[in-house]
Amino acid sequence: MIWSALMWTSLDTWIVLAAVLAGVTCGLIGSFLVLKKISMMGDAISHAVLPGIALAFLLTGSRSGLPLLIGAGLVGILTSVLVQVLHQHTRLEEGASMGVVFTVLFALGLIMIEQAARNVDIHPEHVLFGAVELVPLRMVELWGFDIPQGVIVLSGVLLFNLILVLVFFKEFRLVTFDPALATTLGIPATALHYVLMIMVSITTVAAFEVVGSVLVVAMLIVPGSIAWLLTQRLSSFLLVSTGVAGVSAVLGHVAAITIPGFFGYTDTSTAGSMAVVLGVFFFLAMVIAPDQGLFARLVKKINRGFAVHTQDVLGLLARSAERSTGSEDVLPLADGGLSARNLAAIQGSPFAGRRFLLFIVLRCMQFGKLLVFREGRYKATEQGLRRGQEVLRSHRLWETYFHDDCQVDPKELHYQADVLEHYTDAKLRKDLASGLDEPINDPQGRPIPDEPE
Amino acid sequence: MWLGNYDSSQVLHRLIRVLTLGDYNTRVVMFGTVMLGLAGGVVGVFLLLRKRSLLADAVGHAALPGVAATFIILMQLGGNPRSLPLLMLGALVSGLLGMGCVLFITRTTRLTQDAALGIILSVFFGFGIVLLGIIQRMRGAPAAGLNSFIYGRTASMLLSDAVLIGTAALVIIGLTLLLFKEFRLFTFDSPFAAGDGWPVTFLDALLMALAVGVTIIGLQAVGIILIIAILVIPPAAARFWTNKLGLLVFLSAMFGALGSYLGTSISAILPRMPAGAAIVVSQGAFFLVSLLFGSERGLIQELIARNRQKRKILRQNLLRALYEFEEQYGTGNIGANQEGQWDYLNDARQWQRGSLYRGLKSLKKQGRVLFTPRGYWKLTPSGRSEAARVTRNHRLWEVYLLEFAAIAPAHVDQGADQIEHVLGDEMVAELEKLLPRFGTPLPESFHPLGSLEEKP
Repeated sequence: MIWSALMWTSLDTWIVLAAVLAGVTCGLIGSFLVLKKISMMGDAISHAVLPGIALAFLLTGSRSGLPLLIGAGLVGILTSVLVQVLHQHTRLEEGASMGVVFTVLFALGLIMIEQAARNVDIHPEHVLFGAVELVPLRMVELWGFDIPQGVIVLSGVLLFNLILVLVFFKEFRLVTFDPALATTLGIPATALHYVLMIMVSITTVAAFEVVGSVLVVAMLIVPGSIAWLLTQRLSSFLLVSTGVAGVSAVLGHVAAITIPGFFGYTDTSTAGSMAVVLGVFFFLAMVIAPDQGLFARLVKKINRGFAVHTQDVLGLLARSAERSTGSEDVLPLADGGLSARNLAAIQGSPFAGRRFLLFIVLRCMQFGKLLVFREGRYKATEQGLRRGQEVLRSHRLWETYFHDDCQVDPKELHYQADVLEHYTDAKLRKDLASGLDEPINDPQGRPIPDEPE
Repeated sequence: MWLGNYDSSQVLHRLIRVLTLGDYNTRVVMFGTVMLGLAGGVVGVFLLLRKRSLLADAVGHAALPGVAATFIILMQLGGNPRSLPLLMLGALVSGLLGMGCVLFITRTTRLTQDAALGIILSVFFGFGIVLLGIIQRMRGAPAAGLNSFIYGRTASMLLSDAVLIGTAALVIIGLTLLLFKEFRLFTFDSPFAAGDGWPVTFLDALLMALAVGVTIIGLQAVGIILIIAILVIPPAAARFWTNKLGLLVFLSAMFGALGSYLGTSISAILPRMPAGAAIVVSQGAFFLVSLLFGSERGLIQELIARNRQKRKILRQNLLRALYEFEEQYGTGNIGANQEGQWDYLNDARQWQRGSLYRGLKSLKKQGRVLFTPRGYWKLTPSGRSEAARVTRNHRLWEVYLLEFAAIAPAHVDQGADQIEHVLGDEMVAELEKLLPRFGTPLPESFHPLGSLEEKP
């Protein structure tokens, strides 16, 4: 069994459950931070609640419970109000306002914890990096079951957040995407903002036992950022975000107890490895995201480049066919075919010195039945010839346009047209031609081919 | 209360020794942190003005895996895992990598820089924690030294460390001052600087490099989480005192250095007091003082200025109300009307009784009005001319609104009310030129004035 291979115990189950609960509730609330573009506010609040946590410890001696959550909510509001006041009344830049407020509050909290550590059972490391490993050690009896206290608190906070988000889903959506419209519709955007800040603070405090007050930032921001890369709608956004957070909590713990073993170490921090797993997921999302992912964009770029090169080849072939049948024979080629060497050697050819690229483009065009290869020469098929004529027509129409309507220097004409010919479709050609009174020759006197049927 | 276990005379003795740099150890640590505070203050000004403060936060957090990885590698190779220069090198590499990732994410995805910062700082920090977890579980590993990189501790600072920090800080300060002119230009008007042929991208990168430098050399003393504070708080505090860049840099450096000095002293005197946190709180105290008492946009100063303006407006409004009263009921013996004067003034603006009385008293002190033995208020000659000026401004603006803004006569009063107090002499002259018909001596009011009649 895989569980025995992992040396999985009921302790691990509780740890993972706590981590998943923390991840899901953070992912839910963090989505709104990411969408409202105030991610760093999550960072600021998660640091700033430290004195609140420390104070609650000193007063109650307990690590979780209602006073802690209420205190956290208050400190969270205080932080966001302070940042807002500093930013608006003194015109201190918002990032700097956050920087001042959260560092000072965090430093105060750190001092309080260090001072209190002698009297109360509290370690700065546990507050900063979480102590999920200790969650199963403090059980509470509930309905006849022994359940860790941390799990109960996290479930309560998750329920609280979930209810708030579901009840005010419409309002949150509107305030998130269009605060101005929301205000005109009578939705109290400011009040909702502070409700969100309260939720962030409570979530941070509930989760700090699991992930610590620094790594909670990863749980808040990364799932929402991943969802932003992958989805467009708010409902699916929230599903992706919470789902990713939950999965990475499980994988994070598994990774923490297995991966160090491969290198001869025992195990490591679950909270840290949850953040790393989230980071890996984010990287994957960045690469494979539809539309905007690095991979999708690379494919798009290659496709675009390929279309341009194909049109270049067809354009060269169309010109050579024209020469072989008609007026000025520069390259004496009987049937308009060109060898690979010719294609690269023609003056102004985009393939000069890029033989490998040309080779691949030609192969693919053969495969796409745009070219045939006969007696050492490439010749356009019927379809290829048509598309070549389109390119040539676009090119010469643009040259005419620039010459007649824009008085561009004749020497410059070619380069402009060379770019635009790739972005011109049949409709634009038609418009151009009618706008130029259906010209027959381009400024250099060469014929503009008819639009192929 | 937490000092309960310590003899108070012992604490005092230590206080004196620390503040006068009596200890060799304190001298070493102090040199390092003060130089760090200076450098943070100087570089931080430009970082603040370029709105890049939080980027330094990400760099600080991103340095942790570098530190931890270097530690592990040094352990495995049998070197000294606490060698500060090597740990700093590791921090530098992973800090720069983190910054590169932030820029990459911002450039290639639709995520905002804000989100990119959060992602990088938390994920890198998480990786650092993973490595730290491994170190803590290693047999016989002296992991304790690494914690100082997170909270900032100066106890383990050696002379060589302090010299390294001090030298690096000096280089950073020197470079910043050397490029002061360039930084100034590109901070305030980077498009202009670019158009003028300055290497803006290079300067930007250099500024960031200097900030990263401060972050890295500060890691040991201040800690990863709080390192951004020494770059942000001193310049933010200095901004409440001046708008001049040179002075700003000087003040910011002073706040940085003083905060470091105080914080280091506190941490040396009191037990269990992390130096980083103490430095940040000390600098935070400077910020608070500046925020309250600062001469540029300080809160108290703003409050006083606003109050002064409010009182001035109250006085001017009162003068106009009295002027309009005398316009209607004469200045001499106004007989039966004197009874109603107080109600008239009250009705004119719905003043609170207290502020009405305060305003009249302050006008009396200025000699603008006097309280006649018959029991009513009267404008003195100087008060009359001032009241005439105020009333004239008000009515000129009313005329302007009527003529040029096509506002209904019933509404011009409100518009004029807001602007009359801030009309300068030049504006008045302009208005007179614009409205020659109404120039002298005083246009009539365009709306019914208050009256003594009973209101329905």
